[in-house]
Amino acid sequence: MTTRVGIEVSIAIADAVKMANADVVAAYPITPQTHIVEHLAELVANGELDAEYIPVESEHSAMSACLGSSATGARTFTATAGQGLELMHEVLYVASSMRLPVVMAVANRALSSPLSVWGDHSDMMAVRDTGWIQIVVENGQQAVDNIICAFRIAEDKRVLLPVMVHLDGFYLTHVIEPITFPEQSDVDRFLPPNKYPLPLNPDKPVAMGDFGPPAIYTEAKWAQEVQLRASKDVVLECWDEFGRAFGRQYCPVEKYHSDGAKVLLLTMGCFSETAMVAVDNMRKEGKDIGLVRLRLWRPFPFEEFRQAVKDADVLIVLDRAISFGGPGGAVASELKAALYNQDKKPEVVSFVGGLGGRDITEAGFEDIINRGIEITRTGSKNEYEIYGVRE
Amino acid sequence: MEKYAIYVPRLIQRKEKFAPGHRACIGCGEALAVRLAFKAMGNNVIVANATGCMEIVASQIPYTTWHLPWIHTLFENQAAVASGIEAAYKAMKRKGMAVPADTKVVAMAGDGGTSDIGLQALSGALERGHDFTYLCFDNEAYMNTGIQRSSATPFGAMTTTSPPGKNSIGQFSWKKNMPEIAAAHNIPYVATACHSYPFDLMDKVARGVNTPGPAYIHILSVCPTGWRSPTDTVIKLGRLAVETGMFPLYEVENGRYKMSLKMPQLRPVKDYLKLQGRFRHLSDDTIGVIQERVEEEYNKLLEKAKDGSKRARSKSRTGSAKVSA
Repeated sequence: MTTRVGIEVSIAIADAVKMANADVVAAYPITPQTHIVEHLAELVANGELDAEYIPVESEHSAMSACLGSSATGARTFTATAGQGLELMHEVLYVASSMRLPVVMAVANRALSSPLSVWGDHSDMMAVRDTGWIQIVVENGQQAVDNIICAFRIAEDKRVLLPVMVHLDGFYLTHVIEPITFPEQSDVDRFLPPNKYPLPLNPDKPVAMGDFGPPAIYTEAKWAQEVQLRASKDVVLECWDEFGRAFGRQYCPVEKYHSDGAKVLLLTMGCFSETAMVAVDNMRKEGKDIGLVRLRLWRPFPFEEFRQAVKDADVLIVLDRAISFGGPGGAVASELKAALYNQDKKPEVVSFVGGLGGRDITEAGFEDIINRGIEITRTGSKNEYEIYGVRE
Repeated sequence: MEKYAIYVPRLIQRKEKFAPGHRACIGCGEALAVRLAFKAMGNNVIVANATGCMEIVASQIPYTTWHLPWIHTLFENQAAVASGIEAAYKAMKRKGMAVPADTKVVAMAGDGGTSDIGLQALSGALERGHDFTYLCFDNEAYMNTGIQRSSATPFGAMTTTSPPGKNSIGQFSWKKNMPEIAAAHNIPYVATACHSYPFDLMDKVARGVNTPGPAYIHILSVCPTGWRSPTDTVIKLGRLAVETGMFPLYEVENGRYKMSLKMPQLRPVKDYLKLQGRFRHLSDDTIGVIQERVEEEYNKLLEKAKDGSKRARSKSRTGSAKVSA
């Protein structure tokens, strides 16, 4: 019997970490991640989760403590957002390069300055080259399911890479949603114990983190790249098995009325649910519009993405972060690159919006889609358009 | 100190944890200090090593100098990494997972990794009370990157970023008092040590490692490369640092200060400074200023230790010596 309860998404994530039976949680508070770590601290304090909770003095130390913990073979979790993720930046590279299966929830938040505790994807885009597996969720159920999946993927011997589960700050972290929790026994069956192959253990000494001279550095990095790319198969396998065990199937590229549609909108994160309503509205008006959402950001699902957009004429991309002075949004930029050498490809129109917690409504998405279609006819002198700015 | 001095041949392990074959400079005091420190504990140890000389000389894929489980990640985070290791072992042991019992966690870093860039992580780990030992191997500058000043570089010393010149006497600030900062966290054990007093060093490391809760040991490590001193004066310089009061040896156990050596009288700091090229440019006036400061600090320490030793007071006390190159 599974239970369906109304619960704040942050609390639900902490409960998912409890179900995963994490051994160590090291975290530093930052809005809008706080409710996740507060509830974890509570679960540990109450004895409901048998783990060590390390209340570190910074996010840099949070991720550093996770390195130490994960290197001993302990199941390790942390959560952060925005500035916290940026303060961790150099440590993130070490976690992936040293093949430490840390799991982290990221409550996506804008970056200073001006200070903003509200959501966008600037933090997530800034860490896309750190070598982590990055999964993006849109609602509480997906968050809970993917936290459990994240441990299984990260700790899989074929992967051994850290995983971020991205959820939008406030818009998702602070809402109460109906969430179906799996049975503990089913989670235990789905998620085997962490068996890290070469842990720090005095019975069998290993040296971890030697320096790499030019003669070996390229090989080390290439091995890491090959491993991250290969991890996609394990991610898909995990999602398939999760689907069979719990009845909810996840895909690297999620489609909504997109098959055969000539105009596609592409979004990431919880705004996708608003975008779905906009697509519904426009389809009712007889317009041939579909939606695709990226679930797996790293490793990038090239095949699935190309497949999903191959029949479209127009692909309108909404980025929630600016790549300053660059080609526009990071997502649009990467999608263009992914399509460049394809014979048949849609025209990509790039929008940036929803920065620092600025909402985009159903009507807003309809505006974006209409404007995108217009641009394909009239052209635009800009690399990208910023949506809803007051100039 | 007495214990090892008497029983040394029987008590010291022959086995090297920090094995020969590493790439430290000739006469490296730090490599000696590391070697001694790790002889003072058993094999049931995990080491978290900061970036720095000892990391670079001991590791290069696919080699390692270490016969202990060892992890290096970054420059400023070894205390946090050690926190994670300690917490993980605690959790795994409690949950009945197969890990050895009584594993000791040791974090180590240089003076830059400790008193500058790693100070925040260290303070956090000490404050949280993790059961680990932190060893600071202090060679008084960023030697690995080419002798740049750190906050642990002594006043007046020449480094590549504190060069003496028309408008500079060299290092412009006084050495940061790291052991005092550690002691201010009210941790159970703080000590200073030097490779030139090997038995004292090993006793202190053993005590630190076997003390439940955090222990901090600050180990002066002579660096002939950076100090511009002959390699055959390494041991002598360590002794002179202690005998002049520039680097006093003491312990702080549960807040109680104890001097490690009884010294009837301090030697003049000049005896120490004149052997090192990094102090070559100092005028007698500046040396006088250093002398005063060293005595003042040393006397403060004797007060804290309620030590009855004679207070230091130099004959050439001027009280108004001008600081100049």
